[in-house]
Amino acid sequence: MADVQIKIENLNFFYGKFHCLKNISMDIYKNSVTAIIGPSGCGKSTFIRLFNRMNDLIPGTRAEGAIYLDNENILSLETDVVELRRKVGMVFQKPNPFPKSIFRNVSYGLEIHNIKERTYIENRVKEALQKSALWDEVKNRLNDSALMLSGGQQQRLCIARCLAVEPEVILFDEPCASLDPISTKRIEELITELKKSYTIVIVTHNMQQAARVSDYTAFLYLGELIEYGPTDRIFTVPSNTRTEEYLSGKFG
Amino acid sequence: MKYKKTEILEKIGFSIVTLCIIVMLLFLGLILYFITVRGIKVISWEFLTQQPRSGMTEGGIAPAIVGTFYLTLGAILFAVPIGVGCAIYLNEYTPKNIILNLLRISVNNLAGIPSIIFGLFGLAVFVKLFRFGVSILSGSLTLGILILPSIISASQETLMAIPNSLREASLALGATKWQTIKKIVVPAALPGILTGIILSTGRAAGETAAILFTAAAFYVKGFPGSIFSEVMALPYHIYGLMTEGIYPDKQISIAYGCALILMFLVLIISAIAIYFRQKQRRTYYG
Amino acid sequence: MGKNYIIKESIYRWIFGLLAFTSLIFLLGITITLFSESLPLFKHYPLKNFLSGRYWYPTYDPPEFGALPLILASLMVTAGAMLVCIPLGIGSALYLNELASHKQRAVLKPLIEILASIPSIVYGFFGMVIVAPFIQKLFHLPTGLTALTGSLILGIMGTPTVASLAEDAISFVPRSFREASLALGANRWQTIVKVILPSASSGIFTAIILGISRAIGETMTVLMVTGGSAIIPKSFFQPVRPITSTIAAEMGETVMGSLHYNALFALGLLLFLITLIFNILAEFISSRHRIKLGAGR
Repeated sequence: MADVQIKIENLNFFYGKFHCLKNISMDIYKNSVTAIIGPSGCGKSTFIRLFNRMNDLIPGTRAEGAIYLDNENILSLETDVVELRRKVGMVFQKPNPFPKSIFRNVSYGLEIHNIKERTYIENRVKEALQKSALWDEVKNRLNDSALMLSGGQQQRLCIARCLAVEPEVILFDEPCASLDPISTKRIEELITELKKSYTIVIVTHNMQQAARVSDYTAFLYLGELIEYGPTDRIFTVPSNTRTEEYLSGKFG
Repeated sequence: MKYKKTEILEKIGFSIVTLCIIVMLLFLGLILYFITVRGIKVISWEFLTQQPRSGMTEGGIAPAIVGTFYLTLGAILFAVPIGVGCAIYLNEYTPKNIILNLLRISVNNLAGIPSIIFGLFGLAVFVKLFRFGVSILSGSLTLGILILPSIISASQETLMAIPNSLREASLALGATKWQTIKKIVVPAALPGILTGIILSTGRAAGETAAILFTAAAFYVKGFPGSIFSEVMALPYHIYGLMTEGIYPDKQISIAYGCALILMFLVLIISAIAIYFRQKQRRTYYG
Repeated sequence: MGKNYIIKESIYRWIFGLLAFTSLIFLLGITITLFSESLPLFKHYPLKNFLSGRYWYPTYDPPEFGALPLILASLMVTAGAMLVCIPLGIGSALYLNELASHKQRAVLKPLIEILASIPSIVYGFFGMVIVAPFIQKLFHLPTGLTALTGSLILGIMGTPTVASLAEDAISFVPRSFREASLALGANRWQTIVKVILPSASSGIFTAIILGISRAIGETMTVLMVTGGSAIIPKSFFQPVRPITSTIAAEMGETVMGSLHYNALFALGLLLFLITLIFNILAEFISSRHRIKLGAGR
């Protein structure tokens, strides 16, 4: 369990003058689920959006320090962002399928990487949909619009879309925030299943969810990493009083 | 029954307001009525497909219809790539604020310029400076610049309404910006952009002042041979029939026919566009 | 696939950037053209005389290019049009917003927008064949082609646009404003006069200013219905010749590069500057309006 996939060193992040993430260092382990928890506005989403450089899209932001993925600092100017994002997939808070067919949603990632062989694409789409536990529900209507699926199905489609490009790491940014309890349960089961082949980082609001799905938990508060360790320990014997207060619902 | 003063005031106020909209609709109704009733008499298959004869008092208006078609088509071909491209730049490539404002101000001001001034510009630049002469080309370019601002605004409005989450989803999969624009943003915005283009088509087809000195002629024998020919055009033909020619009385009924055709052409075009827009507003997600 | 996509990406960025700058180029082009084609006039004919001269005799020898009658005609016809289109437009907007049922609104709003697209030549034609003879008979005039006819047609023509824009402005007023007033016991009309109209005022002003700017630049309608005599207008019942119709009517008869040609461009420049001022004013008011109401929807 000791293989490090992502190594974060002295990470600072600024939004204009606002110091948003403060001197964070931590390791994220291969084939495990790492949950990032903390009250809203503590910088959780901003933090994982650095792993695939999505914050580049927001003008006036600046990152210092380093994030190593496969021994390369992905914050460096030389990083090929397109290649990085192929390796680090992301599932967003609100399901955001493209207004295209179910099939085209999943094949999109392959299309943009210039893969044209039809049968190869078909196999990969099927495989991705199977892995995201959606195949049985949609196999007879792959050409229907993705917008006709339910919220939970849409989110699993977004996961399939992400799996099709075969990433190493998958970032989940509050993936169940807009879903009902049953859909949430299915996504959680899926995440547990997926960690066999992928490294997963999940931001969540929901502490029970963090306890259920994750192996490691990091608690962020006002941009600082307060505590990080195996989930069992964080939830049973937190070493920091603020973690304890948060977990027991005193604030958040 | 006794009313309070404020209640009487309210009644009067509401009556005036109702009267206002009735007067407006009545007037617009009158225009539709007169032109339809008097125009329909001269409309026939022959009227739509024949050349004018006997000094503009008989025959049809086919060359004017064809001319308007060419001019409008040319304007669209010129303005759509520029307009949509400009909107994409402003919305997707988000230039620095100073450039954004500069471009926004130029688009807004271009939109407010009277069409006769576009006509003067077309005359000085396309007809005279570039030596395109009074021609389909000059007229199309002038009309193209005239409709450019509305194509830009319509496209930009639609692009703005595309949820950012779609762009993020595409980029997060490792798509480049151009791939995201080409495969996600533009296809999603296409219905709205098309609506804007259709509305501009109507505007270009009905425009007269801009083609007055750049393209239009009251009478041209036969159909236009090349983009450097002068053309007849429906709106200009109406004006010509009323102010030129030697049989004003006989020309009026033909002018009614032209006005009816032009009016319905434009009304149908904008009705289609507005219907599409209403439908899009209802079905949009995000 | 390597990094060669980066070059491709920046090429696309440049292409779109260039396309975006064409609108600026056209605006500059129009400005430069108007100046360069009209300046030769002022070498021979002083600017002061152009602006204040009372006689427009472009074909006399020596010619006179006093634009005052044309400017006054434009202002007069536009003012008349506003008298028609402001009350009708705002009244219609209020009806749509306050009195119309849901169904009526669903029909009337798009209908008005569609009607706003009727080409100006159709209005001009209608004015010439129907309205002008009617006005001639009604007031026993020698001709029905008068400033009044122009104002009337131009006013009706502008009404749907002003109504649409004013309706947008009124519907932008937060519902809480209306509810607050009604809750204080004001009736609907008092609420409209004291709360809705003042809150929407800058939006309505913008609509009016855009209406004015459009009316002053409108060509075909006034060309066809105002009669076209270039003398200082004294009443609404006489033929007048606004700036736009002068350009439209005379450009066909001038020799390119002649003084008359330059004078018509000078009129264009004058018109351009007038509408520019109105547009900037509208932009200014509406941007302040946005700040005032903020995101307060």
